[in-house]
Formats: sequence, structure tokens, C-alpha cells
Amino acid sequence: MATTEFMTVNMGPQHPSTHGVLQLVLELDGEVVKKATPHIGFLHRGVEKLSEHRTYHQTLPLTDRLDYLAPMHNNLGYSLAVEKLLGITDQIPERAQVIRVILAELTRLKSHLVWLATHALDIGAMTVFIYCFRERERIMDIYEKVSGARMTSNYIRVGGLMADLPAGVEKEIRDFADEMPTHLATYEGLLSGNKIWQKRIMGIGVINAKEAIDIGLSGPSLRGSGVDWDLRRDNPYCGYETYDFQVPLGTGEGDTWSRYKARLDEMREACKIIRQGLDRLKPGPVVADLPKICLPPKKDVVNTIEGLIHHFKIISEGFSAPAGEIYQGVENPKGELGYYIVSDGTSHPYRMKIRPPSFVNLQALPQMVEGRMIADVVAIIGTLDIVLGEIDR
Amino acid sequence: MTEHVAVTKLKGKFSGSVVDVKEFRGEITVTVKKEDIVAIASFLKNELGYNFLTDLCGVDYLGQAPRFMVVYHLHNLTTKERLRLKVPVEEKDPKVETVSGVWATANWHERECWDLMGISFDKHPDLRRILMPADWEGHPLRKDYPLQGPGRSPYQGRLS
Repeated sequence: MATTEFMTVNMGPQHPSTHGVLQLVLELDGEVVKKATPHIGFLHRGVEKLSEHRTYHQTLPLTDRLDYLAPMHNNLGYSLAVEKLLGITDQIPERAQVIRVILAELTRLKSHLVWLATHALDIGAMTVFIYCFRERERIMDIYEKVSGARMTSNYIRVGGLMADLPAGVEKEIRDFADEMPTHLATYEGLLSGNKIWQKRIMGIGVINAKEAIDIGLSGPSLRGSGVDWDLRRDNPYCGYETYDFQVPLGTGEGDTWSRYKARLDEMREACKIIRQGLDRLKPGPVVADLPKICLPPKKDVVNTIEGLIHHFKIISEGFSAPAGEIYQGVENPKGELGYYIVSDGTSHPYRMKIRPPSFVNLQALPQMVEGRMIADVVAIIGTLDIVLGEIDR
Repeated sequence: MTEHVAVTKLKGKFSGSVVDVKEFRGEITVTVKKEDIVAIASFLKNELGYNFLTDLCGVDYLGQAPRFMVVYHLHNLTTKERLRLKVPVEEKDPKVETVSGVWATANWHERECWDLMGISFDKHPDLRRILMPADWEGHPLRKDYPLQGPGRSPYQGRLS
């Protein structure tokens, strides 16, 4: 009788379908994965350590380099956390809140487009990749007009926004939100009825609700297992409780298909929220009236002595936050993104801990792939929608 | 100020363990003794419904005694309430018993806490470094670890 032996295969860190610098050590028995060990940390930049030596405003640009597919969400989570620490949450102007919601949902679309594109590409559907990146490019253009950068937006600031929306962008966002459902129907037309796609993702990477909560999954990965929990609805911020939207749960079966459905429906809901946001957008200030915290507009800096002094003080020493500790979680496209800030009363965080959703979601990978075929590993990495930038920080 | 029901129950069951209860910006922080952390964690999960461990991390209060705090962020997915648990850890014996038996998600969080803060977790199933290379010396998030890297003098603050 033929004997077999286990084989250890290194997948990554230079592997296109590990979505960044993820290394997986797979122990294989033929084509079946017996054990999977993820190795992370290749992109560790020490953001938490760096933030302890920077003022609150200076830390903001580090945040959009965490999940670089959803930079505005990282800005938003951090800004909300610092605002909570300062106790100024209720002083953020209405217009800034609405623009935050619109851009957060646009970012959700942007992030999910990359998820769908790469997920499909990993499984062999090339066309969807091209289509998704075409739409993503539109969002990048909007990003560039709004913040000046395609990815590192640094736009949502403590106390409000960097600047108001430039002229014409509102219409561009509305046109995009109106036409996006048609594109979603195209993607679904290419994938959902496709026998290969169904066979590759139905019943793959199953995780039930209890296991999912235990391992700490959040966001669409948790909702795909039928857990009805969304921070936007359950711990609302930025006035999300006043918007009308559903929390899609996919089929609730906890497989890759369910998560696929949940994310696609979430994209439709995001378009709905964007339209509602645009409808209620009224002229007004976008930065809170807190001169000791928010940077003054440039014209005040060059024309008034108060503006110049505030600018100088905020740039050189920042603002001091009261001593205490707070945690703020936001519903990032990938799950719960949390910032835990400990303040000792000075102008920089004493300790900042980021709770990155991808880090925790990736932890579920071994239990999802063990016992499955090696080809399913790429499908499961795709469905977890990880970004190594925030895993490694 | 009315006391939160979870805090009352916790005090009733573990009266000798609850060291301190604080509220700041509507968030409740309960400091407990580290000897009882696993019993308290199981109680909070099984009796009070805190089924989701959002985050776990260490904080270094260099110069104070005890030097470290291990911070647990709990979430009750049914009532949508959050609770923060803190456990003081002495510098000379930086060890806490693992809660990965209570919430499986604690596994990687504790590995990270060990890696970056140097707090080790007893009975942890797989306590290895996670973000830093396996042969790295030191724990970068400690306050006495230089910002610029090993072998450099500690950061003296911004010069400007």
C-alpha cells in the first residue's frame, strides 16, 4: 500500500492572493489543509508607539495609513474618539456630521469594491475585477477633489472636517450613488448565477454564530453568520440613528456565499444612506467653533492676530485633553474599528490602542480552512476581507 | 449617580476583588485583582451576557506601582452595553492568567500584549511574538523602550 506524508507549504508573504504581506504556513495531507498558521507583522510600523510622541492632530495622518482601503473610516474613528475624550461630541456642526456620513458610506463602497474585485479575481473571475476598479476609480476621483489625495485623505479632522466640499462634488456623488445599483446588478449578473462561482463559495469557510462571536469576528463577516449587530444602528455615532437603512445578514448560514450576499446588500444600503445624506445637506459651518482645538481657516491665520496665535499654538504644542480613558468603536467596512485612548492631561495620547477589525477577523482563518482543500484557502482569505496595513499597524 | 447593574452584581459576587469603579464620559471602568480575573471574566460572560471581547491590551504606567494595567473591553451584544475591566500587574511579576479559555479571541490579543508590552499570560495555549520578529529583544510599547529603536537613548520629547 502506498504511504503518504504531510507536506508543509509556505504561502506568502509574496503571494498575490494573500492580499498584502500575509504569510501562511500550511500543513497539507495531499490537497487537504491539516493545519494553517498565519504569520503577520511584516508591515509593522509602530503606529501606537509613534502616536505617544505626537500631538492629537499629528496622529491623524497615521490613521489613514492603517486600513488604506478605507482611510476616511480610520480618520472618522480617531476623530470621534478624540472628540469623546474632549467632551465636544455634541458641538460638531450638522453639516460636518452629514458629510462625514456621506463620505463614510462612499468609503464603504470603495472598500467593498476592492473586496469584490480581489475576491473574484482570486477565484478566477477576471472581468469583475476590471469593472470594480473602474467604479473605484470614480470614488478615488471624488476623494481627490474632496481631500486632495486619492488614498491618504486626512480629511475628517478632530472637531469637523479639513474643508467644505468643493463645488460640483455633491452632484458627482449623487450621480455615482444613483448609478451604483446598476453596476451592482452587473456584478451579480456575472457572479451569482455562475456555476463555478457558486461551487467555489457555497458551503466554504462555514462558521456559526456562536463560534464567530467567540473568535471576535465583526462587521459583515459576523453578520454573514446571522448575528444581527451593526454599530451604526446599535451604538450610533454621527447621527446614523436618523438614517433609514437595513442591516443585511446574507443568508445567515455563515459560509462564504452568505458573506458575499451580505456585503453586496450592504453596498446597496450604503447608496441609500448617501442619497439620504445628500438630501439633508444644508449650508453651514463644517468645523466646530472651538478655536483652541480646531485649526483656524487660512484667511484668519494671515489676516487676524487671534487666528495667527491659535494656529501657532495648535501647530506647535497642540491642545491638551482632560485626563481619562475612552473607547470609541465605529463600523468600518471590515468590522468594528476601535480606538482606546488613555490621556494623562497632556497634548499627546499617553497610550493609544487601535482595535483593527482585520486583525481579529484573521484569527478565525485557521479554524475556517482546516480540513478544507488548499484551493479554498484563497476563497476564505478573500471572504475575510483583510488589510495588512491595519493588522500590522 | 446610580450604579450600573453589572457593577452591583460583580461587587456582590466578588466583593473582595473589586478594587475601584470609575465612570468617565459614560464609560464604566472596573478595576479588579488579577488573581480572580478568569473567574470574573467567566461570570461576566456567562451570567451577565458580556459575550464579546472587543479588545485586550496593556498600558504601561512607568514610575507608578503597580506599573502595568491589562485592559479588557467587553461588549454585550444583546443589550449593546460595554464594560471595561482593568487588572493591575506588578513590574516584578508581569503575569496574568489567560482569558482565552473564556473568549477565544483573546488568544491573539494576549500574544500582542506579550509581544509589545511584555506581560505574559499563564496557561496561554500559544504564547509567541506576533508582530515583531521571533528573535526580537525587548518590548517596544514599554515606556522605557526608545522610540527610535533599540540601542538609542530614550526620546526626550519634542524639541520645538
